[in-house]
Amino acid sequence: MSEHRTPRNEHGIAGPQDQPLGAGSTLSEADELPSDVIDVEARTQWQMFRRKFLRHKLAMGSLVFLVVVVISAFNAETIAPYAYDEVNVIEASSPPKLEGLHLFGTDQLGRDYFSRVLFGTRTSLRVAGVVAVLSTLIGTVLGAVAGFYRGWIDAILMRFTDLVIIIPALAVLIVAASFFGQGQPLRIAVILALLLWTSLARIVRGVFLSLREKEYVQAARASGASDLRIMFRHMLPNTIGPIVVNMTLVLAAAIIIEATLSFLGIGVNPPTPALGVLINDGRSSMQTLWWLTIMPGLALVAIALAINFVGDGLRDALDPTQQEH
Amino acid sequence: MLTYALRRLLISIPIILLATFLIFMAVSVSGDPLADLRQLPNITQEQIDNVREARGLNDPLPVQYLRWLEQIPQGGFGEYLISPRPIWPDLRRVLGNTLQLVIAAEVLAFILAVALGALSAKRQYSVFDYTTTTLSFFGYSMPSFLFALFLQVIVVQIFVRTGVRIFPIGNLSSANPGTGIAFVLDRMWHLALPIASLAIFSVASYSRYMRASMLEVIHSDYVRTARAKGLPERTITIRHSMRNALIPTVTVAALSFGTLLAGAIVIETVFGLDGMGRYFFQQIGRRDPYPIIGWLTIVGVIIVVFNLIADILYGYLDPRIRYE
Repeated sequence: MSEHRTPRNEHGIAGPQDQPLGAGSTLSEADELPSDVIDVEARTQWQMFRRKFLRHKLAMGSLVFLVVVVISAFNAETIAPYAYDEVNVIEASSPPKLEGLHLFGTDQLGRDYFSRVLFGTRTSLRVAGVVAVLSTLIGTVLGAVAGFYRGWIDAILMRFTDLVIIIPALAVLIVAASFFGQGQPLRIAVILALLLWTSLARIVRGVFLSLREKEYVQAARASGASDLRIMFRHMLPNTIGPIVVNMTLVLAAAIIIEATLSFLGIGVNPPTPALGVLINDGRSSMQTLWWLTIMPGLALVAIALAINFVGDGLRDALDPTQQEH
Repeated sequence: MLTYALRRLLISIPIILLATFLIFMAVSVSGDPLADLRQLPNITQEQIDNVREARGLNDPLPVQYLRWLEQIPQGGFGEYLISPRPIWPDLRRVLGNTLQLVIAAEVLAFILAVALGALSAKRQYSVFDYTTTTLSFFGYSMPSFLFALFLQVIVVQIFVRTGVRIFPIGNLSSANPGTGIAFVLDRMWHLALPIASLAIFSVASYSRYMRASMLEVIHSDYVRTARAKGLPERTITIRHSMRNALIPTVTVAALSFGTLLAGAIVIETVFGLDGMGRYFFQQIGRRDPYPIIGWLTIVGVIIVVFNLIADILYGYLDPRIRYE
């Protein structure tokens, strides 16, 4: 039954795709065909991917935006006009204005919110980055092992998936974050990663299940390659498409969840600036200083949106069924 | 069909038990549930020891869990650790309030998503289609608490500037909600913003599914046949295309009910509503495992039931599906 439950969505955004996106046959075909026989320039898979992605304007724009945000956030000390805790009573409670570079306004203590948002973005990006890398590692390894060996690892993974369906992940996260998070960004990141790897594991498992029957895998085995070599040298490169796309999804989800937890007061602790913390700070004064909620909020949405657009562009570019027009 | 449903329910029982056990252990090992009690000014160590003994806190944790399990069949989720009040009346109250919120959000999201998804599929690549697609990206990228806060800011700013109170930004009812129709209207007025905040993500996600399945359907042979035999376009869209396109959307909506329940945790906290979510969050702060695992059991059962409803609906809407 379960295979009927998730409908295929050709343009869906969130639905994880079970098909290998960059499945590997194109590479060898392109290599074998001499370019003068057919009047088409032979392109490697990477070239095709790059061409398609570069043409996706929204994704490219988002990528540029993200690069700018990441560079500025990680150089916040030099780029931010003020320190994030710099108090200036004269400039207190100012709405956003160009004068004095208070682009996002200031709070009751005169702290510059553009600078605070920049430092907060750095914390949020760090957490999300750790989550994305860690959960991708866990999900890839477990999914690969489950798909390759089947057996009890596979059974446990699938039962675990059942568990995740029945308990709302947010509830588990709140329990874990409030008891084991202690407000430290790294701990929060690890907790998030430990809960966000499951969808990728299922995707990688699905791809490995189909790939392990392929001829080239049998060929590798016949020539005496070890299991590890077959899995990570031969099969993994053909799974890279879905893994990368899923990584963008996890990245966006991690930023949103971390902000939600911090907003609820169980994520990153207040002295450390994080976007959720800033949004929560601004909440108490929304009658007068509305920008304290809106500005960090808009920054959060802009980053999550850009990541999702990049993910969408990657998905389109890696999808072999989508033709270039 | 009936045996299938029963089997599914039976399979889910151990999963719910495992979940409650894990959460019980996590909450129990992570802190002192009597911390609030120790704060009281006139309390002696002896009294605390007495409470520990009386509430069975000196027993091994699995024994404590089994004791909780034993009393479930007698109806009830036990008592709070510190004050010996039963948990179930509180849970029942907040469950009622949350279901109003979540069901309203689900219905609203479903109707909107079906309309938007079907329309953008009918007008594929039109301005409307691109607009809804972009908006759905916003829906995915906007955490629900943030959308709720933005709505609050807008409403508050309108109030500050014009003195008009469009919607309340907290509470379930007015001080004097009245009775009958007046009460219902008052409740709807209070829940308008929470429902909108909770629905936004679901609208974005369901409408994508609706658009995709509608696209598949309107390019199928039988729709072309319907058009060829001269049926009016309205009939083709509503009776022939949308009916079939609805099947996956209905399933996704039923399966996502748990996500909505979880989303209520945040939304109810933002709006200060006396519901399941805020209750859960309050109890987490008190480190009392019993209300938390009681909460988890109820939510688990609701999600299992909705998953089952999704399966049954799917079989009903698509007669090709057979369950054995």
